[in-house]
Amino acid sequence: MSALRSVLENGRLVVVTGSGGVGKTTMSAALGAFTASQYNRRVLVLTVDPARRLADALGLESFGNAVVEIEASALTQNGVPAAGRLFAAMIDTKASWDELIERCAPNADVRDKVLSNKLYRNLTERFVHSHDYIAMERLFEAQQSPDYDLVIVDTPPSRNALDVLDAPRRMKEFFASRLLKLLTTQAQSRLFSLAAKPFFLVADRILGARFLTDITEFFTLFRTMEDGFVKRANEVEAVLKQNDTSFMVVTTLESAPLHEAEFLIDALRERGYSLNTVIANRVTPLALVSQAQIALSKLETSIQDPAFVQAVVKATEGVEPSAEQISRVVSSIARKSAEAVRKGGAEQVTLDALHKRSADSQAELCICTISGAEIARASALVALGESVHPA
Amino acid sequence: MGKTTFASALARFSASTGKKTLIVEMDDKGALAHALNTSELQFAAREVAPNLFAMSMNTEDSLREYIRLFVRNPLVNTFGPLAKILDFVANAAPGVKEILAVGKLCWEVREHNYDIVIVDAEATGHIVAQVDAPSILSNLVQVGVIREQTKWMQEILHDKATTGVVIVATPEEMPVLETMQLLDTLQNTTNVGVSAVVANRVHDDVVQGGDVAVFNSLWQAVQSNNMVNDVSEALRAPMRLLNVATQRRRNEVENLEQLVARSRQGGVMFMSVIDIDTRDIDVVTAMTQVLKDELQ
Repeated sequence: MSALRSVLENGRLVVVTGSGGVGKTTMSAALGAFTASQYNRRVLVLTVDPARRLADALGLESFGNAVVEIEASALTQNGVPAAGRLFAAMIDTKASWDELIERCAPNADVRDKVLSNKLYRNLTERFVHSHDYIAMERLFEAQQSPDYDLVIVDTPPSRNALDVLDAPRRMKEFFASRLLKLLTTQAQSRLFSLAAKPFFLVADRILGARFLTDITEFFTLFRTMEDGFVKRANEVEAVLKQNDTSFMVVTTLESAPLHEAEFLIDALRERGYSLNTVIANRVTPLALVSQAQIALSKLETSIQDPAFVQAVVKATEGVEPSAEQISRVVSSIARKSAEAVRKGGAEQVTLDALHKRSADSQAELCICTISGAEIARASALVALGESVHPA
Repeated sequence: MGKTTFASALARFSASTGKKTLIVEMDDKGALAHALNTSELQFAAREVAPNLFAMSMNTEDSLREYIRLFVRNPLVNTFGPLAKILDFVANAAPGVKEILAVGKLCWEVREHNYDIVIVDAEATGHIVAQVDAPSILSNLVQVGVIREQTKWMQEILHDKATTGVVIVATPEEMPVLETMQLLDTLQNTTNVGVSAVVANRVHDDVVQGGDVAVFNSLWQAVQSNNMVNDVSEALRAPMRLLNVATQRRRNEVENLEQLVARSRQGGVMFMSVIDIDTRDIDVVTAMTQVLKDELQ
């Protein structure tokens, strides 16, 4: 059995990484839908930014922070009902942060003060790393929940795909930083600290005294939640390294995503995460490329053949094409498919290199061929997930 | 999406028309140097081609420059590595890192050091925080040097004749959706104008106009084995291969239509760049040519 199928059947957490625009979200949903249809498992797909069509395909009015179950009938494949169940949720950063604060705040007073703090609202909405941290937070929560057997997480688009995985560590470092301590050891003692003086002088001057006070206030509140955050960060890090957690890298065969994928493959291994699968997405079907290549030599010699032209005229009788039209269409077919064959050949070379790279990292390379077809129903997602096969 | 490629092409085009051009890489990934076929870029701009200067953004260098220019604080050198403090302040205070980057860009504009400044921005998710950083900060900060600085930066950023965002997207569903969301956000929550939406890597139709019907009926005949064996064999596999492209093209057209409609509605220029399939540096050359044809 392929390593991918084994993970879907037995794993607990799958983290899907890859550069933006490679079809990560659709792939996560497709693998989730396939798993729920094939195995008796309760699968949760956590996504960051689902496309409208994906929500439509899943039969969902809207995606939200709350988990919703996908109608079982939508997963029925060729009359066979789904063996498992499929759930989905979209991570809403703002709502998730609010929930987190409510849980970690030592009392109602701190909670309300934090939630209404101007800086907090800006931090959660605009601060880039806040998305990364919250994705990790939601992942942990879902992984711990007894309601799901398998959780598939689609990671948010980041400057760097690893930022997401580093978010818990960053949070710990933030709480441990000397400067945070300095800033939050209120005015009384900090005025006496000689070392801190230049910092406050410059900071006051650049940022304005009032702003610094605001920051101080907010982080003094925030520090009361240190224990909760640090404990959680440690737990998240542990979960990511658990045996039943595996990572996946999704890429297309274009140069930029591929470059990012290669970086991820190395970086994941360096950090000791278990990279199980590399998925090459939107690959031109190889068999079709070679068939077309063989046919093309025939086509190129036939174009001038009167018998060939006559056969084409006969086949297109209904639309009564002119001689020029026929020659234009046929030569277009020849030219464009030759181009597609050439591209397909180049893809194969890239794919071979990726195969080797994956094998070197003990990861299985899987292929998802391009269909061009639209994913309009959940059953199409199941089929897409099923079509992912080892190279 | 081809953002770096497009920005490079735009910069090369602009330099070729005699404008002194600065192109800035914001995310420090090194892709711009590659696209411009030059060695690693630094914070200090370097002339990489006639009239074309390139630099890589670095907030720590920007902070140093800023302190040197505006704060004139002799104590700067007494508090050790600036990076650490910057990291902390940037983590603590939203918008600080962004404003250091945007501030440097605005500074180059304000000082008229170049005729045009082209920015190869970070991923879609970060752009609003960046172009809007001065406004956000001026709301958060009541007094101080930054507060004053945000004023002139906003003047530059909010003047539609001076500053404009160009959004580059491929005609796939997610990028198009993101682009439309970004248009909404920029137009509804910021005062920053959008100059153009560019659809990149748009595939060509296999056949056009009246030929489509001929192609389709031929495809039907090939599928239903309604032809001499030899002929259908010569056509079947090539047409099946093209059919993948045709279906993808159909999705593209649908996405593009949405994008065009949304762009027009917001009064934004729309252009599409046909798929160019060559090595990176050639793509820039080819795209520069497309821009020359389109814009001149």
